[in-house]
Amino acid sequence: MQIELTINDKVVKWEVANDEFLADTLRSHGFLSVKKACDTSCCGLCTVWMDGKSMLSCSVLSLRAHGKKITTIEGFPKEAEEFAQILSAEGAEQCGFCSPGFIMSVLAMKNELVNPTEEEIIHYLTGNLCRCTGYMGQLRAIKIYLGVA
Amino acid sequence: MFTILDLVQPDNLAEAYKILSDKRNNTILGGCAFLKMGKKRINTGIDLTKLKLNYIQEKDGFIEIGAMTSLRDIETHPLLKEHYNGVLPQSVRDIIGVQFRNGVTVGASVYSKYGFSDLITALLSLDTEVELFKAGRMPLTDFLAKPKEKDLMVRLWIKKNMRQASYLSFRNSSSDYAVLNVAVSMLNNCWTIAVGARPSKAAIAISASALLSLEGATSETIEEAAKRTSEELSFGTNTRGTATYRKALCRALVKRGIMEVLACKSN
Repeated sequence: MQIELTINDKVVKWEVANDEFLADTLRSHGFLSVKKACDTSCCGLCTVWMDGKSMLSCSVLSLRAHGKKITTIEGFPKEAEEFAQILSAEGAEQCGFCSPGFIMSVLAMKNELVNPTEEEIIHYLTGNLCRCTGYMGQLRAIKIYLGVA
Repeated sequence: MFTILDLVQPDNLAEAYKILSDKRNNTILGGCAFLKMGKKRINTGIDLTKLKLNYIQEKDGFIEIGAMTSLRDIETHPLLKEHYNGVLPQSVRDIIGVQFRNGVTVGASVYSKYGFSDLITALLSLDTEVELFKAGRMPLTDFLAKPKEKDLMVRLWIKKNMRQASYLSFRNSSSDYAVLNVAVSMLNNCWTIAVGARPSKAAIAISASALLSLEGATSETIEEAAKRTSEELSFGTNTRGTATYRKALCRALVKRGIMEVLACKSN
């Protein structure tokens, strides 16, 4: 089946299988920032935006992306670089495998919450797992990035 | 991983139901987050996204929730925050993460009658009806009791009233499935106590609810209602907790839930 979608402001037409998930489709077309890890919809590594909402691309059928606007971290080069530098400075960057999905969630949170509290930040990002850092460095980086430190 | 041989996006409910009925392994697709973890071989997957069932609105004294509404919409919608002490947003806010809740749907959560469901427990404590395409509209309790038949969920209807409610759950880690969840509500001194993740599907503690309704909430009746809830409902063991542990948790959470409702009332 053919779908037409906008990926990082570029319109594309792709052939997808009926039971293909968006994470696989994106990766097969070179969007390798979209990671796959848990396959049980709980780690957040595959987070992309669909029409401005953060979604787990490992659980979205590719067919449902037809006519939608999909954004991966490649669509936010400036914001991603700015936040990644803060992450690095705060010692929150180790293997980096979770970073693309994590940054997509942080950017979504920035759009949704105004001056979030620490509790709100932690709750919003519960769906993004990191197995290296223990989260404290990330929390410091987020507070600095959002100006709520 | 499941497989889908054919995938359709019907334009109306009748067409969706006809396709669903055509073959035994034709299946309605909700958010797919749970379905994808199985190995089901689906002949025709039926995607309802074109049916405009993603909405929350007030209608004829009810709050109407479309089957394709996401759990994130339940969590953030002002109408649901303003009613029943926000018990519905409260019930879904710890389900995995925001991205997950943006994808999973009310219809799949309720229709599947998942034992671990947080939402069903909260809905049970309210005056909730389920509308199915073929079987029509019925109380949620009747829907949960009836055997599974091929049908599709259209929407939920929740009576709009001044019901005070509280939702509590106990989790081993913050975004895990609940070991046990409890919802308590009260309207005009008539109480409802619902317990889910037992780990079987949620149920109302009828005797305990009646006790509070008849005798009122005093420190003695609250203790007795909590104890009676833990005795009248059955509990099971799984990797998250034993039946004995759940029974003890039930007593504590029900007591706390009643106290929270009383605190709401006094506010």
